[in-house]
Amino acid sequence: MATTQAPVPVSTIRASSQRLQCPIKTHSLHFATNSSNFDKLVKASLSLKQSRKKTLTIPHATPSSSPSPPTTFHGQCYVLGDNIDTDQIIPAEHLTLVPSKPDEYKKLGSFAFSGLPSSLYPIPFIEPGTDSTQYLIIIAGANFGCGSSLEHAPVALGAAGVQAVVAESYARTFFRNSLATGAVYPLELEQEGVNKQCTTGDIVTVDLERNVFINHTKGKEFVLKPIGDAGPVIAAGGMFAYARKTGMIP
Amino acid sequence: MAATVVPPHAAFFGAKKEIGTRSSFSPSISAHRCRKHSLNKVLAVMAPTQPSRAPATTGSVKHGMTMTEKILAKSSDRAKLEPGENIWVNIDVLMTHDVCGPGTIGIFKKEFGKNAKVWDREKIVIIPDHYIFTSDERANRNVDIIRDFALEQNIKYFYDIKDLSNFKVNPDYKGVCHVALAQEGHCRPGEVLLGTDSHTCNAGAFGQFATGIGNTDAGFVMGTGKLLLKVPPTMRFVLDGEMPHYLLAKDLILQIIGEITVAGATYKSMEFVGSTVESLNMEERMTLCNMVVEAGGKNGVVPPDETTFKYLEGKTSVDYEPVYSDESAKYISEYRFDVSKLEPVVAKPHSPDNRALARECKDVKIDRVYIGSCTGGKTEDFMAAAKVFLASGKKVKVPTFLVPATQKVWMDLYSLPVPGSGGKTCSQIFEEAGCDTPASPSCGACLGGPRDTYARMNEPMVCVSTTNRNFPGRMGHKEGQIYLASPYTAAASALTGYVTDPREFVP
Repeated sequence: MATTQAPVPVSTIRASSQRLQCPIKTHSLHFATNSSNFDKLVKASLSLKQSRKKTLTIPHATPSSSPSPPTTFHGQCYVLGDNIDTDQIIPAEHLTLVPSKPDEYKKLGSFAFSGLPSSLYPIPFIEPGTDSTQYLIIIAGANFGCGSSLEHAPVALGAAGVQAVVAESYARTFFRNSLATGAVYPLELEQEGVNKQCTTGDIVTVDLERNVFINHTKGKEFVLKPIGDAGPVIAAGGMFAYARKTGMIP
Repeated sequence: MAATVVPPHAAFFGAKKEIGTRSSFSPSISAHRCRKHSLNKVLAVMAPTQPSRAPATTGSVKHGMTMTEKILAKSSDRAKLEPGENIWVNIDVLMTHDVCGPGTIGIFKKEFGKNAKVWDREKIVIIPDHYIFTSDERANRNVDIIRDFALEQNIKYFYDIKDLSNFKVNPDYKGVCHVALAQEGHCRPGEVLLGTDSHTCNAGAFGQFATGIGNTDAGFVMGTGKLLLKVPPTMRFVLDGEMPHYLLAKDLILQIIGEITVAGATYKSMEFVGSTVESLNMEERMTLCNMVVEAGGKNGVVPPDETTFKYLEGKTSVDYEPVYSDESAKYISEYRFDVSKLEPVVAKPHSPDNRALARECKDVKIDRVYIGSCTGGKTEDFMAAAKVFLASGKKVKVPTFLVPATQKVWMDLYSLPVPGSGGKTCSQIFEEAGCDTPASPSCGACLGGPRDTYARMNEPMVCVSTTNRNFPGRMGHKEGQIYLASPYTAAASALTGYVTDPREFVP
């Protein structure tokens, strides 16, 4: 874990690994026999466009429940170009690792970005001999995460210790999988070319309350698009965890 | 006591009226041109993009929807819907394979309970295909995991393989999932098919909504049979004109991707219509839809017709209802191509949109040729390659690897006569041309795979391939250079040892 200057709430730090270490108690759900119940609930939730905030309110955290979602990330950044595809994020030969197994999850993280050509990216993302990264924030260009629809890409980044990706734009599968797994925050920049103004190793801050990305080393600030309702989903540890936490699923 | 599920709120993925992260991926995303085009001498084949057609102004006109919108409306029990809406969709078929199956199963069991049952044992198709013929222990273990699950859940469609030394003694084994889905009749017009693989969009050739999802989404579908999806707007690609005899569907899709770039269709549906599309057989239509994901597309569709229905005869006993775009449907953009003016193209390293004319790359020396994958390893693809070898009568100058997608394709290579050859089979022609013997059907080296995968690029080399992606390291070595091409172009290149326009051989 990198040292940070700003206080970072506990819940930011690898929500997904917390999920794995302390498995959430599960109940069997019988969907096949309850499709009618499911349909009723679906219709109810979708028809209440105006009053949606009332019907499916995110419960306010009580003192005994988990801390509120993180608002800042701080640390060194790793800078990439456009169209970084999933094979560069996690080479296909490592896809035999099953992310839902804790030890294989960790191993997956150790191979994050090992597919990047060293001629273009001479600084290794993960120091040889270690299995996690010192670069907690990724800065990228357009279409980050294109290629495969496999979840291994965002999961490998999360397993390696990445907290947030700040990119110009994402491939739909990478974005969707980031939310579903809660692996990393997929943040989007308002303007183009920000990655060209950053260098690997710069100290940066991502502020989700003010929706800004600050590069302290270069002394520049950039606007982020708000993460919106996707934020609490990632903070909770993904789609299923969020649904449970907010009482959507027992 | 049965528990019920309250679905995650629509706003969690970004309701269309709210300013959430999702709204930033709405239709207005502009494609990024990330590299310079080489000078392209192709003339006048693409009309400028047109804005979406004006909506009907009379109140009596019914709300028009595109094929994709209609399929999603039907599958979510809605009379109508619009792009941007998040809807709960009933899934007709869920596919998974050996790479994602174990992860998906792990999530399913964790979230729904270790004794939970899948939503429908007949709607899940489990197809081992990615890392099969390898001694990698984890890869082999992954096939065991999906087998255990298939047995436990009594999954109807599990195309198992046990004896890795000889694929032929495994009667259930098929091979590449997307081709197997089509051949086994799991692709049907009007349905919704999801798969844990990016090339699931391949099935759009049958006029259905088909797209790739991750393990968590798939785990959710496994338990519920539903998924929250956002309705994509549709881009229309009108391909007209007689298909020149030296072109294949692969040239068409590479042309399109080169035009709109690898992010040009992000979050969108790609609809392929026109006289040329109508003239394509099912395998060619699959090639077209297969690479929709390489343009960032969510799904691709081809309107079903007699060609589709004929292909499906005898393959499926499930009733299906074809769906077609309305006359008044709204498209976000339209591209027109005069196919008769197009030339064979390749995608140069290292991006599927790095398009160039094959003839302009004739000085590129190559080290090998790979013909295989869901994109370019079907029967028609091998037939096309065989025609080029037949026309030349010479031997290949570089190692030429042939990996049939499925058992059926493999059998076709050894049994079907190649037109104009006097009764020779593909396999005979390949042998005479000096190609490698057709290998065991699987995804093979398309995505590299474990180190001992057949035809994997373990050193930096230049390869012409009929596969779908050529990002750095795709086939193994990070410094490998991959030129994506049609089977005609691949075969022609094998014969010269350089990237070669197939017109050198196909008169």
